[in-house]
Amino acid sequence: MRMANLFLLQLLNGAQFGILLFLVAAGLTLVFGIMDFINLAHGVLYMLGAYLMAMFALATGSFWLGLLLALGATLAVGLVLEWAVFRRLYDRPHLDQVLATFALLLILSEGVKILWGSAPLNVAMPELLSGSVPLAGPLRYPVYRIAIIAAGLATALGLWWLITRTRAGMLLRAGASNRPMVAALGVDISRLFMLVFALGAMLAGFAGALVSPVLSVDPGMGDQILILTFVVIVIGGVGSVKGAFAGALLVGIVDTVGRIFGPIWLKLVMDPAAAAQAGRVLAPMLIYLLMAAVLSWRPNGLFGRPS
Amino acid sequence: MTDRDFRMLRSTLSALALAAVALPGLAAAEPLKVGVLLTLSGPPAVLGEHARDGALLALKKLGGTLGGMEAEFLVTDAEGKPDIAAQKARRLVESDGAEFVIGPIFSNVMAAIAGPVTEAGAFLLSPNSGPSVLAGEGCNTDIFVVSYQNDQPDQVMGEYANGAGYGNVVLIAPNYQAGMDHLGGFKRTYEGTVTSELLTQLGQLDYSAELAQIAAFQPDAVYAFLPGGMGVNFVKQYAQAGLSGIPMMSSFTTDETTLPAMQDAALGMYSSGSWAPDLDVPGNAEFVAEFIAEYGRVPASYAAYAYDTVMLIDAAVAAAGTEDRDALREALKTVDFPTVRGKFSFGANQFPVQDFYLTEVVQREDGAYATSAKELVVADYVDAYAGACTAD
Repeated sequence: MRMANLFLLQLLNGAQFGILLFLVAAGLTLVFGIMDFINLAHGVLYMLGAYLMAMFALATGSFWLGLLLALGATLAVGLVLEWAVFRRLYDRPHLDQVLATFALLLILSEGVKILWGSAPLNVAMPELLSGSVPLAGPLRYPVYRIAIIAAGLATALGLWWLITRTRAGMLLRAGASNRPMVAALGVDISRLFMLVFALGAMLAGFAGALVSPVLSVDPGMGDQILILTFVVIVIGGVGSVKGAFAGALLVGIVDTVGRIFGPIWLKLVMDPAAAAQAGRVLAPMLIYLLMAAVLSWRPNGLFGRPS
Repeated sequence: MTDRDFRMLRSTLSALALAAVALPGLAAAEPLKVGVLLTLSGPPAVLGEHARDGALLALKKLGGTLGGMEAEFLVTDAEGKPDIAAQKARRLVESDGAEFVIGPIFSNVMAAIAGPVTEAGAFLLSPNSGPSVLAGEGCNTDIFVVSYQNDQPDQVMGEYANGAGYGNVVLIAPNYQAGMDHLGGFKRTYEGTVTSELLTQLGQLDYSAELAQIAAFQPDAVYAFLPGGMGVNFVKQYAQAGLSGIPMMSSFTTDETTLPAMQDAALGMYSSGSWAPDLDVPGNAEFVAEFIAEYGRVPASYAAYAYDTVMLIDAAVAAAGTEDRDALREALKTVDFPTVRGKFSFGANQFPVQDFYLTEVVQREDGAYATSAKELVVADYVDAYAGACTAD
């Protein structure tokens, strides 16, 4: 029974972590899939969202006002970056894009440090969402994490509606499958790209702002999430938002559940000391093993189109 | 004077004049150069910044002189990378003429720079890193660790846990060498049961899996070594998961570099140290007030130890000068200097013999969060390796 409770709790935790990854991955996969553009600076936008949130929440004294301002600000940053930097890189080879966006990553990280210092910052949790609710036995679950799950699901639903039910979404899908044809039909592709990019930036910023009360807001936070995000979009299939959602949940749950239950399950087949040792070694590798397994089964990812 | 003599004299004079203009240093005595080699970039930069600021504050207080000699600090970023730090250390002592190097923060950097600095004839003084390899058989008479031996804060917490009557604890640390070392230090002195040892990934963001296990185990206490952002994540999530009822002890997790981000979530958590901002010894309150006035934040132990390091160099140079290296080494080892720790002396291995306190996270009257010295746990603590040091 206790095991079942723990498993349920871990499932919730995994879903919450996955939803968070989805918010960052959605923007990256859109930009990658539709614009064929590799953006290593995407994690920095996530970090920027958290820092802007910290700044605005402190300045206004309100979590909600801070969140609103941070969203607007990351959208603006996305637009400015697209206009100033990324626009010039669309027609260049991937290596140039990687180099330029990596440089941007370094510049923005250093900029954040100059502006806000290198010590981690704090964002206060709103009163409404603090505290925890009893789950089962001695286990409790933080209200704020439930709120993260809800906000992420709402965003996923909104994206689904945007992509499948609106004209802009139709153009997005069309742009992803055949860019020259969409341009030939008279659609302003560069404006479309700008919007996609700004939307992606805002989603990453939203994720950063959302986790700022739970995680340390520090200059390294963008790098940590970027690698996981790439794993997510490769598993889900590059360019597919649906894939990003499935991939993110899968990575979140496998990582979180595997960390605890890997060693426990290993104990069933080997002696405890060896199981503990193997569990420790295997746990960090789990998501990469998952990626390898998915890719050997579906080389283009779960929802990827054959290239 | 022939025409030729006159021309020679004129050119000699003008060359001398030129040299005097180009090298003003020649006119005055050469300043005493001190390399300050700390990690000042990347996520852990804040630790190096505290140490740098502590050292600069001490130099400012001494009027820019060390032992009466004009001094120059060459502040250098070790970048947290051992290979780069070794190159920079070599440049500091070989081309820039540094006679002392203050640094580093991280023990892997320490291992890389110890050789280059001491082989070039300079003294290495550490304001933080105190690895066991330099404390025992590998001790070096030119290396002075002014902070502590790495294992000590953990051993002290183990002693404290015994005294507090915690019968079982859950340990948590990142799965890498330093994590193992710190947990090992705790287990060396702790006599109760270790219910579970949770080893996490380096740089882990989300600790919900580990917190769920802690909630399920309901141990008497938790012991953590999660430096930097990892600690911030863990401590915030610990409070949010409703675990605040389980006492949390740690090392290098809740200190003045991370507390501004943890705030209320860390209140009441315990760690240990040989210094705290409110340690009631002569000169400490003054140091903390001056540091806050100058840099706008409460100093962490990195700052205090770097401050002590500069005061030590000042006292040693005043006592022995810099000409006679053996006399200077002897002075470094034995000289009395105004420490913010109340009392200080070196053991046989040039590691400190000092008092360790239990510290608790509190909110200061000015609203800032800081550690507070609560009780003396071990007096005149000698590290576990000193006996194996035979160099002398």
